[in-house]
Amino acid sequence: MNPTGQAGRRGDKVRSDCWISVELTSSGGVSISLKSRVEAMYGAAIRETVEKGLAALGIEHATVKIDDAGALPFVIAARLEAAVKRANPEVDAEFLPAAQPWSTYGTTRDRFRRSRLYLPGDQSKLMVNAGLHGPDAVILDLEDSVAPAEKDAARYVVRNALRTIDFQGAERMVRINQIPAGLDDLPYVVPHNPHVILIPKCEDPGHVTAVDERVRTILEERKISSPVYLMPIVESALGCWRAYEIATASDLVVALTIGLEDYTADIGTQRTNEGRESFWARSQVVNAARAAGVQPIDTVFSDVTDMDGLMESVLEAKALGFDGKGCIHPRQIEVIHRGFTPAEAEIEKARRIVVAFDEAETRGLGVVSLGSKMIDPPVVKRALRTVTLAVRSGVLPENWREGGGEDA
Amino acid sequence: MPKGSTELVKNAAGRMVPTEINGKDATPYKGVGAHRPTGNRAAPAIATVIDYPDCGDKTVPDIKTALKEAGVRDGMTISTHHHLRNGDFVANAVFDAAAELGVKDLMWFPSASFPCHAPIIDHMKNGVVHHIEGSMNGPLGAFCSAGGMQGMGVLRSHGGRYQAVQDGDVHVDIAVIAAPTADPFGNAHGLTGPAACGLLGFALADSQYADRVIVVTDNLIEFPCIPWQIQGNNVDFVTTMDAIGDASKIVSGTTQITKSPDRMRIAEMTAHFVREAGIMENGFSFQGGAGGTSLAFAIYLMEMMREAGVKARFVRGGSTQYLTAMLEEGLTDYILDGQTFDLEGVRSMRENPNHVNTSPFTSYNYHGKGNFASMLDCVVLGATEVDVNFNANVVTHSDGKLLHGIGGWQNCLFSKCTILPIPSFRDRIPVLVDEVTTLCGPGELIDVIVTERGIAINPRREDLLSAVSGSDLPIRTIEEIKAEVETIVGGVPAKPSFGERVVAAIKWVDGTVIDSVRQLEPAK
Repeated sequence: MNPTGQAGRRGDKVRSDCWISVELTSSGGVSISLKSRVEAMYGAAIRETVEKGLAALGIEHATVKIDDAGALPFVIAARLEAAVKRANPEVDAEFLPAAQPWSTYGTTRDRFRRSRLYLPGDQSKLMVNAGLHGPDAVILDLEDSVAPAEKDAARYVVRNALRTIDFQGAERMVRINQIPAGLDDLPYVVPHNPHVILIPKCEDPGHVTAVDERVRTILEERKISSPVYLMPIVESALGCWRAYEIATASDLVVALTIGLEDYTADIGTQRTNEGRESFWARSQVVNAARAAGVQPIDTVFSDVTDMDGLMESVLEAKALGFDGKGCIHPRQIEVIHRGFTPAEAEIEKARRIVVAFDEAETRGLGVVSLGSKMIDPPVVKRALRTVTLAVRSGVLPENWREGGGEDA
Repeated sequence: MPKGSTELVKNAAGRMVPTEINGKDATPYKGVGAHRPTGNRAAPAIATVIDYPDCGDKTVPDIKTALKEAGVRDGMTISTHHHLRNGDFVANAVFDAAAELGVKDLMWFPSASFPCHAPIIDHMKNGVVHHIEGSMNGPLGAFCSAGGMQGMGVLRSHGGRYQAVQDGDVHVDIAVIAAPTADPFGNAHGLTGPAACGLLGFALADSQYADRVIVVTDNLIEFPCIPWQIQGNNVDFVTTMDAIGDASKIVSGTTQITKSPDRMRIAEMTAHFVREAGIMENGFSFQGGAGGTSLAFAIYLMEMMREAGVKARFVRGGSTQYLTAMLEEGLTDYILDGQTFDLEGVRSMRENPNHVNTSPFTSYNYHGKGNFASMLDCVVLGATEVDVNFNANVVTHSDGKLLHGIGGWQNCLFSKCTILPIPSFRDRIPVLVDEVTTLCGPGELIDVIVTERGIAINPRREDLLSAVSGSDLPIRTIEEIKAEVETIVGGVPAKPSFGERVVAAIKWVDGTVIDSVRQLEPAK
């Protein structure tokens, strides 16, 4: 029997995906049988994608069957590559869709990370328009949202998404699998401009250093100079206990976050809306992150229909000291951004501090003071951030220094 | 004459259309507002009470008897209506009865068809039904596109159907009206009964103009049946069935708004547009349908109206629990309703005198002394395709297959601002195209396209462009959005391969032929 591999999904309910079966034969060239909902419009294009893909993967003889429900080209390419590599794991070549110009923008260490939208790594349909909803970051997830049997296939979908989808300026994050397995995800994603790698179930600084080393090695090999940052997720008692060590394990770490579902199970309790059971853990993460000079980011709010509950949860997170929150539905983004928008009094105070700072700068003074009070550098830094956030949130005009937005 | 060998001419929209449809002359589309009808309306024969029982009891045992007594014979036109939507049992029962009577070559003239009418395909195969003039949805559309129908399909808008009956373009021999409640005289309404659907407006023309009218009910009550949405004075026979429909498929218990984040975004942008363009002002009016996006639009708009303290004079349904809530909250004075989509809508119509039932005559008929559609300040509608000239398609998909009816869509285009909130692509299929597969609505009547990637305003509407110029709405050109979508889906889609034969004609609101649909070549 010839080696055969299959990948993807089919069935009445499947849309924007396809199922591909590849049988590697020893002669006879390539034969393709295609069943597609978009046959009339894209039948020829699909055949061309498959032919190009097989050539790129070095396959000369194969019988390919496709059941397509309107999959986009990058998905067809991912399914084909997964099917070929399931048929023959020795195949080393990659079938990479052309990297699009909108997939090359970079990020910065201290950018805003108020909202980060989780996108299941095996469900391309949710990825394509994700950026339009304006999250600060998108997370292409290889971990919990992907079924164990589809882990390998999801890598190709995520990699191709990184190369082709316009995330509209959102920071591009990838959540790999738990270490050590997650280390093997890295070669599939690191060369394709992920901005931040999320390290799940992190409870050992060694997890972070292992990722740090592997990331640096891949970047060096590929001669890529733009950095790839790290964001550990602590999800256990031990992880929380060692939060500061984890946050300081690598200078690539830019943020630290917490996962409460696993954490509450780990300490032997259940997650409640009040969240009293996780108060210590959340506060610990905030303090560890602040101590390490990275951003503390809160967990997700999982009831996507409860916008009032979400807002409460955001305000609570903000009050605890978090800078952002995860989301699992695009409609949560706006609420989160609204929740993290600085209050009027906060902005007013920050504005005065920033003005005082500007004055001190122009006059060459080493000390910033407001009235008779000296302002410490961390407070100035915080105020600058509050003002920037207010501008970003649309509640303070960009030209506020020139009198825009003055109440008078 | 071989099938479909009718002569084709180019109409004013540049589309090739037949000049003869099922043996009758057809007028090619001449442009918006360019065709002037002549002559008089049609009229049924004069009836006399001499032929009807003084006691008012017109009941007969079953549909078969009613058809027989109505004089059913080969080649007749039989009409039914879609107020029972996908739960309708009556249309299939009528043609089953006709088959038992051995009648052939009937023309089915539904106000719309649904997937539940797939059994009519068998009646077309066995010769009972010759062809359909009405919407061809789902399986019927696929059957027609594949060339399965003997005659040519004709698709009309709700207003166009009223116009065709009124003008005598279509003569209905026997109308069968499904009635959730009726009395033995033939008075009927849709407000109560196990199959309650709200109103029966789609059957109005048939009750007025058909030679014979049969009312079928599963809730026969004593005279008088009040209100008489259908007047017994127009009715020949009344008969009963155990059930005229499946209640769960007629109206939904609760109407679902869309869960799709993209569609919610589109709905929200549409509502913002309506506000920013200055349409949402005291005393305004709008129409939205029961599609998920349309419902979400109504909810966003309602929130904005509440915030701004703005009240509408009237809204047009398809009513749902959301429009009903607006009425009860005082955000609108009236609902002028064409059909009710959920139980709340039915209840409201039954209880609230300001929830008014309408018909295609009042709302849409183009050959009348005005209609409501052109008075609306804005309307939100769907489309399968829109081209760079804002022409839109609602009946076929890009693969060339007939899949939907026109409904009130064409009639609604006459509103002061016609907005199509649509995704820019579905799965891999772009919705924005160079040229629509089938032309249903001319671009000059379509003002705004709202997609998840931005809002395109028809360049003809300079007033709208300048009204929203200072806003933060993502206004883009339709070409720009289309080009962006093409990079996502992998290029411009290929055209389906059509055969020569015309399988369906698309009528414009004035009865002229705006486009035709060709048979699809069988897949290779």
